[in-house]
Amino acid sequence: MKALYQLSLADKVELVETDCLISCQEGPSIMLLPSGRVAQVNPGHNFTAWLIANIAALYHSPHRPSISLRGDAEIPPIEQMGFFSKQELVVMRNRGHIDAENIEEYIAHDGYMALYKVLTALEPEDVIKEIKSSGLRGRGGAGFPTGLKWEETRGYKTNPKYVICNGDEGDPGAFMDRSLMESDPHAIIEGMAICGYAIGAPQGYIYVRAEYPLAVKMLQTAIDNAVKKNLLGRNIMKSGFNFNIGIYPGAGAFVCGESTALMFSIEGKRGMPRIKPPRSAEAGLWEKPTCLNNVETFANIPQIIRRGADWFKSFGTPESTGTKVFSMSGAVRNVGLVEVPMGITVRSLIFDIGGGIKGNAKFKAVQLGGPSGGCLTEEHLDIPITFDSLQNVGSMMGSGGVVVMDDTNCMVDVARFFTQFSVDESCGKCVPCRTGLSVILSILEKIIMGNGVPEDLHELETLALHIQKTSHCGLGQAAPNPVLSTLRYFRHEYEAHIYDKRCPALVCTDLIHFEINADNCKKCGLCAKVCPAGAISWQKKEMPVIDKIICTKCKSCIRACKFEAIY
Amino acid sequence: MNKDLKKIFTEEQLQKTDAIIEQHKEIKGSLLIVLEKIQDVCGYLPLSLQRYIAGKMMLPPSQVYGVVTFYSYFSTTPKGKNVVKVCTGTACYMKGSGQILKKTREYLGIKEGEVTPDGEYSVEEVLCPGVCGLAPLVIIGEEAFGLVDPDKPEDIFKQYKENFHDRSGSDKN
Ligand SMILES: Cc1cc2nc3c(=O)[nH]c(=O)nc-3n(C[C@H](O)[C@H](O)[C@H](O)COP(=O)(O)O)c2cc1C
Ligand code: FES
Repeated sequence: MKALYQLSLADKVELVETDCLISCQEGPSIMLLPSGRVAQVNPGHNFTAWLIANIAALYHSPHRPSISLRGDAEIPPIEQMGFFSKQELVVMRNRGHIDAENIEEYIAHDGYMALYKVLTALEPEDVIKEIKSSGLRGRGGAGFPTGLKWEETRGYKTNPKYVICNGDEGDPGAFMDRSLMESDPHAIIEGMAICGYAIGAPQGYIYVRAEYPLAVKMLQTAIDNAVKKNLLGRNIMKSGFNFNIGIYPGAGAFVCGESTALMFSIEGKRGMPRIKPPRSAEAGLWEKPTCLNNVETFANIPQIIRRGADWFKSFGTPESTGTKVFSMSGAVRNVGLVEVPMGITVRSLIFDIGGGIKGNAKFKAVQLGGPSGGCLTEEHLDIPITFDSLQNVGSMMGSGGVVVMDDTNCMVDVARFFTQFSVDESCGKCVPCRTGLSVILSILEKIIMGNGVPEDLHELETLALHIQKTSHCGLGQAAPNPVLSTLRYFRHEYEAHIYDKRCPALVCTDLIHFEINADNCKKCGLCAKVCPAGAISWQKKEMPVIDKIICTKCKSCIRACKFEAIY
Repeated sequence: MNKDLKKIFTEEQLQKTDAIIEQHKEIKGSLLIVLEKIQDVCGYLPLSLQRYIAGKMMLPPSQVYGVVTFYSYFSTTPKGKNVVKVCTGTACYMKGSGQILKKTREYLGIKEGEVTPDGEYSVEEVLCPGVCGLAPLVIIGEEAFGLVDPDKPEDIFKQYKENFHDRSGSDKN
């Protein structure tokens, strides 16, 4: 900003604080509008000079094909960058383009037009019909058709009814909902208000997890501004329709993402799922009819209403319409959020958009659908991403977390990690989930420590299948997925741990010998230099020796060795 | 009962606690919010305080205890002045946050649930604050540190102290 003043451009260029421009690996970034160029800035480095070179150039000749920066590197417009070219921005269309705290900017981008259309020109039944015909399915994991859910809730006559937005986003490694809540909160609010109108509910709640304080703040500001403009509250746009929204901060429990648990949590109780039926549409929050949808589901609604169901159906496949936001993390080069049409292949997602695997490591597996999704391998890379196709191969869409693993990840350890997560987060209500998962965990730990026996594999399999069948809620039913899918596709790694007492990826410390393989060792001495404990002695042209008494098994040497000589 | 509490908490903390309860007492289902706000004021929720809250809100203490122990946001033991949160979400775990957790605790010389003797630091695990692009992630106080080196997590403490001192210095100016 200071730099803008120095250039006396302050009145011509507006500096807007935006949420993540979704190419985090390059950050910090600045996007220049109207051209849509993204540039990476080095905070300490002569920022004024950078701005002079860029903004000034841009301002004075907006149509220049490219601007030079950092030694004439050409910066293409954002749509042409490899990372973005295959993406289709529907839900995330406003990211980085508007100031989330400023309602005027949302309105200027056709915001609240859909609500206006609904309130002035459509009957609730028409709204539901449009949503049904768009084929929109819930983005929270299960993929339940949204229109049907709304219709069902509308059908019950008990009053009052409630609309709930599920912003619990418990999957570690996923952050699309956080980003939406922070960068485009009005889209969610508008979607909820439309839902309220369609099902006949005067009150909505947004349940946001405790780890997202900024999202709570952004949503609260947005709600306050919408109320001031009479886009929420009593008699919205003089239509006679009333709708209020309250924010409910969660308190850190994964299982509260489950719909019935979430409602208990709002009631101030322990968040434990209950048996269905009755479904929430009949008796949800305070035992009143309640319609609960995911953040991304709501964010899709305004555009479906405004542009029509047919427009929405032009993206994706017939069974899974529209786009989906994925958060990519792990071993891919481009980490961050991507929005792609449904039906894109896993390969395209990871290699075209994700830019492939970081460094020289090899692709090994990808885990979709959060801690309870399954791992997929090389051979699945060409299946299209839709709700049903993923289910067929033992994984699931989940909420959209994509964790890519390379050959430095041990699959037994990965299975243990996810099982540990499910054990920690199990609410403890039903036995298969509470006890069964703990038993699975202890078997996995035994294998990792090198005490596994061949029967363990069979035991794991049977137990996992039982838990899948007999658990009470989605958490337990899905929790064995990582174990089952790694057993199916990476059985050889389990066997290496059990029969050879060896961890192929060199992750499980107890199965590493910390010895030097004379065939591979080039005697460079790098391991001795990096060892923080001073346990490796080395002389020029000699093989290093590891003193196992001093060694703390920190694995620094293994990471440093370029020749895989330590095992 | 109140006497016990006075030993642990300041007069101001207790007054705020009362005000929070008074404000929400009549609202149906407000227990979770009340507990969140009180923990923000008092830092943690020991049994004596839980009993006090239950009495004032006319709820059975078992219900308050049940809620406090269910959600990971609540703590029944005191925390350090600067809470060190190590993300153990999927993306961070894949990049070595397990080792960061272990090394950080060793560096500070504390075990799980403990506070350093000077009351400055305590270490806890946190599940994905949603900045996986910067994995592995450690948060100290309000400052987030991304791409932490699993071999040398202690480096960020140096950075943190520098920033921290810088800031308190500039406040004075
Ligand atoms: C253990 C468990 C955790 C869940 N966590 C979430 C979550 O974090 N966010 C979410 O939107 N849905 C979550 N769900 C799915 C919800 O129960 C529900 O199906 C969904 O929010 C419905 O919205 P949708 O129809 O828009 O997808 C979870 C389900 C289970 C069983
Ligand atoms: S997994 Fe650590 S920030 Fe997401």
